[in-house]
Amino acid sequence: MFADYSWGELLSIFAMQGFAGLILFSVFVLMALGLAIIFGQMGVINMAHGEFMILGAYVTYLVSRLFETYMPALFGIYFFIAMALAFVVAGALGMVVEWTLIRRLYKRPLDTLLATWGLSLILQQLFRSVFGPREVGVTIPQWMMGSLPLTDTIEVPINGLFVMVLAMSISAAIYVLMFRSRWGLQVRAVVANRTMADAVGINTERTDRLTFGIGCGVAGVAGAAFTMIGSTGPTSGQLYIVDTFLVVVFGGAGSLIGTIASAFSISQAQSILEFFLSGSMAKVLTLLAVVGILMVRPQGLFALKLRK
Amino acid sequence: MTEKTPKPTFAAPSRRAFLTASAALSASLFLPKGLRAQDFPTAAVNTTGLAVTDTEVTVGILHSVTGTMSISETGSVQAEKLAIEQINKMGGVLGRQIKFVQEDGASDWPTFAEKARKLLVDNKVASVMGCWTSASRKAVLPVFEQYNGMLYYPTFYEGLEQSPNVIYTGQEATQQIIAGLDWVTKTKGAKSFYLLGSDYIWPRTSNKIARKHIEKLGLEVVGEEYYPLGHTQFNSVINKIKLKKPDVIYAIVVGGSNVAFYKQLKAAGIDMTKEKPLLLTISVTEDEILGIGGENIDGAYACMKYFQSLDNPNNVDFVKAFKEMYGNDIVIGDVTQAAYLGPWLWKAAVEKAGSFDIDKIKEASPGIELPTAPEGYVKVHENHHLWSKTRVGHAQADGQYKVVFETSDLVEPDPFPEGYQ
Repeated sequence: MFADYSWGELLSIFAMQGFAGLILFSVFVLMALGLAIIFGQMGVINMAHGEFMILGAYVTYLVSRLFETYMPALFGIYFFIAMALAFVVAGALGMVVEWTLIRRLYKRPLDTLLATWGLSLILQQLFRSVFGPREVGVTIPQWMMGSLPLTDTIEVPINGLFVMVLAMSISAAIYVLMFRSRWGLQVRAVVANRTMADAVGINTERTDRLTFGIGCGVAGVAGAAFTMIGSTGPTSGQLYIVDTFLVVVFGGAGSLIGTIASAFSISQAQSILEFFLSGSMAKVLTLLAVVGILMVRPQGLFALKLRK
Repeated sequence: MTEKTPKPTFAAPSRRAFLTASAALSASLFLPKGLRAQDFPTAAVNTTGLAVTDTEVTVGILHSVTGTMSISETGSVQAEKLAIEQINKMGGVLGRQIKFVQEDGASDWPTFAEKARKLLVDNKVASVMGCWTSASRKAVLPVFEQYNGMLYYPTFYEGLEQSPNVIYTGQEATQQIIAGLDWVTKTKGAKSFYLLGSDYIWPRTSNKIARKHIEKLGLEVVGEEYYPLGHTQFNSVINKIKLKKPDVIYAIVVGGSNVAFYKQLKAAGIDMTKEKPLLLTISVTEDEILGIGGENIDGAYACMKYFQSLDNPNNVDFVKAFKEMYGNDIVIGDVTQAAYLGPWLWKAAVEKAGSFDIDKIKEASPGIELPTAPEGYVKVHENHHLWSKTRVGHAQADGQYKVVFETSDLVEPDPFPEGYQ
């Protein structure tokens, strides 16, 4: 396979492939963080996670159209405003959903699966009715497209770098929120022991609502970012949901570090295998490895130690 | 047809007969174009109990308007409704107005089969325009054969099928592929190809045909691979393409993956307008470009039978009528045009057979010509596929294709090419 190439060429291909793996890693992290918060911390199986992402993507679409029409001069920076709005809109919807639907089901975790699956169908049809069944094209500012030539032969896609930076900053923000803020302390207290947390005066209901809202908000930001690399249509959310659950379950529910570690291992395995084998085979082998490891270690890579 | 026409009599006509005849002639000039229902008594044109009355005939439309396939199938539904409306304005079929019953296949293949059964058994429709994916067609095929229905199927597909109960109005794989490959080797001097597709029957069969043809031309396939449907990360394969440096990327990626693939290709610094490598696809119509974004696919080539920009009077009228009905922003892709042919081909078959009976339509269909098709003249082959021209379009930043090549003759449909069964 490599016989015809010079060392220089091979080196640059491997460097680019390394970046491809890191970009995939960042995509996985972005997809999974929101779900890790909701599934990991609250035990709610949110099947509508993909739809919250696409909600963010549609917000981005609307903002881009708005800027195109009314403020073409500022088009280059609309993306940041779109991401902030995506967070707010998806987060707000998340809190409404928690208040109307999820909070009645905390004692019946399996029912949340059905309820949120229904919610995902409702949201899909809603997108279809509002935006039409066809995919919409989100115009990305010129500076975010194209690639950055590092050397003559090594090129790195700018949108990939953008996703990497975004994944890192959101991870950092969530780390600070969870482990350095009062809210994070409350969330962890509620996860560890709901009754006791209630007894010491933590408003568990409000904590739950905020947690769910932030999880959905992060999904919205991820969706906004993915308009650069993927499609925006009523059912596009379904493209992400399987990988998302895979990453969270493999990482170990309840552990954010686990989610990141699992995103890293799955993305690297997949991207290396994709390079040497074909796409479908790479996926099969990755899934087989994940299944194998989960059989030996059902709690996932990192398990949160809790007294049950 | 000719032997059925009564021989004109040249006996000197009476004055009275002459007046009646000329009155009828002038009346028929003022009637809408088309045949009058009273000339075709229902009992005679409908011997199998289809939903045909003295004034109306019912057909079915069976597509997904919900679920993941609604992205693609919406255009087909729109085209079929437009064709039906136009036929009705012209006086209908055998003087009967077409009424349609629309069912939703909901992107779910068993649902397609169930709805097909409903249309044929409960509604007794005279024909069905429908299906999009091969999977949905395979699901309804036994139903159509069991209850003897007629299906007009619009999508370009992998071939390897021929049912007397189906008219395939899209191209089968060899029609779409071979002309495009010949063009790219002749005019662009392509020598090496990288085949890429979504992982299911249509891309795999199409690439098999493409590979065979490429190797027959003495050229080289440097890579062939498939990604699961809905795959959204193509950076690895793009790196592989950069490593192999093919002259042509031959892409048959579909659905949501399409958008991801072209956006990432552009982000990875492959500028398709430079044609190094050149990108040739058979799966991206104007419909898909809406989602991909014209700026992301600018410079790619697509090979199919119809582009919205085709410059002929039929197509100008068709695009105008389509936009009048559905708004100025609408785009029309290859399959949408093929779906538009369905009702017209059925009308032509019914009129040729002089009957709505399915068996007579089956028999009458081969040889039917449609000079008014937006893509230009088409003709139904013995094997129920269409003779059609194949064209190559060059994608522009505004989301339209510029036609850069078309075959000089109609390409014969060959659903069972040798060596692929």
